[in-house]
Amino acid sequence: MTEPMYMPKAALENLIALLRGDGYKVLGPVSRDAGVAFEEVRAVSDLAAGVRDSQEAGRYRLEPGVPGEIFGVVNGAGSLKPFFFAPDENLIEVRREGKSFKSSEVIPPPRRLAFVGVRACDLAAVAVQDRIFLHDRFRDTHYETRRKDVFMVAVNCTRSAPTCFCASMKTGPEATAGFDLSLTEMDECFVAKSGSSAGEAMLERLGLRTASAGEAEQARTLTDRCAAGMRRQLDTSDLPRLLYEQADSPRWKEVASRCLSCTNCTMVCPTCFCHAVVDQQEIDGNMSRRVRQWDSCFSLEHAHIHGINFRPRIEDRYRQWLTHKLASWIDQFGTSGCVGCGRCITWCPVGIDLTQEVAAIRASAIK
Amino acid sequence: MKPRVAVFKFASCDGCQLQFLNAEDELLRLAGQVDLVYFPEARSRSLPGPYDIAFVEGSITTPDDARRIIRVREESRYLVTIGACATAGGIQALRNWADVEQYRRVVYPSPEFISTLSTSTPISEHVRVDFEVWGCPIDKGQLLAVTRSLLSGAKPVLPAYSVCMECKRRGNVCVVVARGEPCLGPVTRTGCGALCPALNRGCYGCFGPANDENMESFVKLLAQQGVTGDDAVRRLRGINGYVRLWRETADAIAAQKK
Repeated sequence: MTEPMYMPKAALENLIALLRGDGYKVLGPVSRDAGVAFEEVRAVSDLAAGVRDSQEAGRYRLEPGVPGEIFGVVNGAGSLKPFFFAPDENLIEVRREGKSFKSSEVIPPPRRLAFVGVRACDLAAVAVQDRIFLHDRFRDTHYETRRKDVFMVAVNCTRSAPTCFCASMKTGPEATAGFDLSLTEMDECFVAKSGSSAGEAMLERLGLRTASAGEAEQARTLTDRCAAGMRRQLDTSDLPRLLYEQADSPRWKEVASRCLSCTNCTMVCPTCFCHAVVDQQEIDGNMSRRVRQWDSCFSLEHAHIHGINFRPRIEDRYRQWLTHKLASWIDQFGTSGCVGCGRCITWCPVGIDLTQEVAAIRASAIK
Repeated sequence: MKPRVAVFKFASCDGCQLQFLNAEDELLRLAGQVDLVYFPEARSRSLPGPYDIAFVEGSITTPDDARRIIRVREESRYLVTIGACATAGGIQALRNWADVEQYRRVVYPSPEFISTLSTSTPISEHVRVDFEVWGCPIDKGQLLAVTRSLLSGAKPVLPAYSVCMECKRRGNVCVVVARGEPCLGPVTRTGCGALCPALNRGCYGCFGPANDENMESFVKLLAQQGVTGDDAVRRLRGINGYVRLWRETADAIAAQKK
């Protein structure tokens, strides 16, 4: 990582233009409907600048922000997940050939994607998904193809949403890995750092000067203050053991009385990777597509195996989700499945908050 | 010999059987796979049974139809209901909460010619149904998938989880969370492609209940959004209002009010 550089706000335009010139499709937070989503940006004016998000459990609103602030929105429902782990994709096509058949893998076309404005929690989530899809010899071709040619411009958080708890998950608010460039937005400028050789080359092309000690210090203060001011937290101490021991906690039934089992938390979670594989046949029976679709451990079908459903009640499924996310995920992948982005809290229609659920389970365990 | 396929209409608007004709490209290929021996909306030739697959659209609202559906069942190997009317009683099941006698007198100049039942009921209340395709109207893709499965001798499978899953796959911004819109999506079966939320509208529940909804919590959510009493009842007593879980939920809200 190079030293912090001073980057005037106008240079962001230049950065987008350079990335586009290099053949990247540049994506950043764009206002859409009543939220923001990562969509193509051709210029800074396409970004959701000058607005901020107001988030709480079960509620999301965009509000007028600070004039001149470009990255005022902490996050929207969409993470980077759909770009690498597609919500709906063809895996193979099988064609009938006389009395036999031929199957061919469908590989997504190559493309270069550059993301501008990625938060630390979402970078951490990409690392979690990389571990799932690209581990050892078990590599998911589709994920790998989509993930390959990516340039990441992180933006360090200087403001958290009330639903954020990345500080307690140790994934933010400052991006520490997984980016090519990171920016800290201040009133008049950015402080930029590179996190890769590609990022370093880009900083050189942008022709920036080294940030003064005062500028670098100010950027650090902003992220430190953000971390210190984060209201929500998840106490992760002894967490796998606590959840395993509380498998029969009455809290599961209680939360299930509120849970709609609608799957929204898992759909917006940037690390949830459950999927279903379905065959879609052409009507003449001569061709069949094997399609992978996002699925959820909250769907009744997901726990259905031959002849039996082993998680028939909502309480079974909520427990499965939370225990996997925060406990068995660690056994399985060596990392927590939660990055503290808070999306499952905000986008739950009835506002179920996993930090509260864990706190309640912990409290009842002590008694 | 190609499988003999029939499409029957009961009390309905024809929108669901139209999905066959809307299949366009696939329609010709479908016609190559099956013998459409009875489909009055599509062709004038109508042949008697037996049928390998009978698609049944519409609900039972007359004494004649209550007898006719038994005959259809007897003549058919597989009976598949298509749409909210055949599967749940349809919008016309609103009569189940009203006085049909009064309608007959008020609406028709010669009410003595009208022979009707006091209820609109789904096909499954009259005969055994092999598979139900939900929706108002049904989804063309689902209809073709079910047809293909039956032709292949495979058990048809359609997803029964909530609209939310499909809504999120599409990348829609949730209208409940971001707009405070009442939306039946969390308790409604998927299949429409999350059409209304994609247009920033709440879901109307056209595909009926999802397979594991929590109505108690959902009613509380509606109440938080200011949807209570008659308003809540009306939202639940819509296209699929007579389906048991939604019927009982709406009836309970209506009873509470009184």
